[in-house]
Amino acid sequence: MFHKKTIAELSGDLAKKTCSSVELTAGFLDRIEQHKDLNAYITVDRDQALTQAREADVMIQHGKATALTGIPIAQKDIFCTQGMLTTCGSKILSNFISPYDATLIARLKQAGAVVLGKTNMDEFAMGSSNETSFYGPVKNPWDTSRVPGGSSGGSAAATAARLAPAATGTDTGGSIRQPAAFCGITGLKPSYGRVSRFGMIAFASSLDQAGPMTQSAKDAAILLNAMAGFDDKDSTSSGIAVPDFTETLNHDLQGLRIGLPEEFFGEGLNSEVASVVEEAIGEYKKLGAEIVKVSLPNSHLAVPCYYVLAPAEASSNLSRYDGVRYGLRAQEYGDLIDMYQKTRAQGFGDEVKRRIMIGTYALSAGYYDAYYLKAQQLRRLIAEDFNQVFEQCDVLMGPTSPTTAFKLGDKTDDPVAMYLNDIYTISVNLAGLPGISVPAGFDSQGLPVGLQIIGKYFDEARLLNVAHRYQMVTDWHRRMPKEYA
Amino acid sequence: MSLDRDDVIKIAHLARLELSEQELDVYTQSLSRILGLIEQMNAVDTTGIVPMAHPRDVSLRLREDSITETDQREKYQAIAPAVEAGLYLVPRVIE
Repeated sequence: MFHKKTIAELSGDLAKKTCSSVELTAGFLDRIEQHKDLNAYITVDRDQALTQAREADVMIQHGKATALTGIPIAQKDIFCTQGMLTTCGSKILSNFISPYDATLIARLKQAGAVVLGKTNMDEFAMGSSNETSFYGPVKNPWDTSRVPGGSSGGSAAATAARLAPAATGTDTGGSIRQPAAFCGITGLKPSYGRVSRFGMIAFASSLDQAGPMTQSAKDAAILLNAMAGFDDKDSTSSGIAVPDFTETLNHDLQGLRIGLPEEFFGEGLNSEVASVVEEAIGEYKKLGAEIVKVSLPNSHLAVPCYYVLAPAEASSNLSRYDGVRYGLRAQEYGDLIDMYQKTRAQGFGDEVKRRIMIGTYALSAGYYDAYYLKAQQLRRLIAEDFNQVFEQCDVLMGPTSPTTAFKLGDKTDDPVAMYLNDIYTISVNLAGLPGISVPAGFDSQGLPVGLQIIGKYFDEARLLNVAHRYQMVTDWHRRMPKEYA
Repeated sequence: MSLDRDDVIKIAHLARLELSEQELDVYTQSLSRILGLIEQMNAVDTTGIVPMAHPRDVSLRLREDSITETDQREKYQAIAPAVEAGLYLVPRVIE
């Protein structure tokens, strides 16, 4: 039964000593082994996890426990974890044992959380289906012929199938929220600058942000409390004060102004997803919220704008993989350039190569103004749209993704079709705002639908409050895929 | 706009990626499709709009010019493909 419990519940059990962290960790390790077919994890180090669990049990014995002490957490394999394989879903890092901890990992360890394992992901977080992973696709626990979403697909599937009480993810264009929606869990992308990026393998540095993937908004608040805060090692980390996100969860929603951007309900939105989202908004009306119709007139430009900026930043970030200091090096090569070219040709997968080349092109002499500068100008228009609508409302709501989970292999031959999965999430990253996906129901095939809630800058507390109040009156977030219940 | 094979050869070289003949054809096609998507940007006149490089338009903070890193050369070189006497080995660059 332990696997059906939230962090908040398990934390209570540990405090009452009805179970130990070692028992809990061993239990989840057994479930991971039992459900290996989902391919949710890339690396599990049983001994290391149990050692950390024993240390957590000592902390609890000595009365030094935090809300996370002894709780096993699945970590996306994008976070450097000392002494542990850290692949970022890529062949080029298939031998990379990280010599240090990412700040996020260090903070969670400090709080007493156990690193349960490293979860599967799209290679370098580039993908929306987890199918670009060198370690094979993850399966969606609600229907194993379908994708879990991406790029944090392993973290979403692990949490949905309760192969971990909760997980961490990263979101550059939707990579926490879209898989959370596809797998029926809660996923929060905090504001840019809220959580340190140090030791989180870079994809697009002006967009990347780490966040919690959990069974409930309350758990997300608990996890974010430990993850958030200023870090000297991240040059864009924000110094703004971090509130206790659990304190405001129960605030009344009477008079909350919810903006519904008309662009999020137009062409391309699956009708079943639309009606689930409308029903969820109906629940909010019952909770006392007011609905405001708003418009984000430049939101249709978010996908093209993103597919210049993200690849441009990626082409620069990924130039570090050259086979010199760490990671894979080609077996045979001639001169230095040949070594670079062969190492990168062998180490990167298709989608990563495509994005590196698009980015290289957009930044190359003669094209910089037409692509990169143009995209940065559009980014400002998109961000200003949000500034304007937030004068009329407190949060925005809409679907997280235009469809529910699609079949494995359905979109692998068409990169552009794959990119359009993120039409409702990408603009949030461009503006740097926080966004959360909350389970809101199911389509006629029994696949989960996510409601996206977007907030003002650094207003995660409000997002979590709005999500939590909904979860008090609905039970979508408590549903589990049958085979894993 | 669409790319031709010569464009892709040039881009792949700049990106330090070796591509086979067959891959060249595949990437020429898929990159052109992606550029087609990107060109939707041109529908909007952005004259006079200040480019946005960062979500909050903040400038990077400065720190004291003091040494904070410790010597961890051995630890870092333990995971390198080829090292000798504390140096990273690569093919000869200077004759």
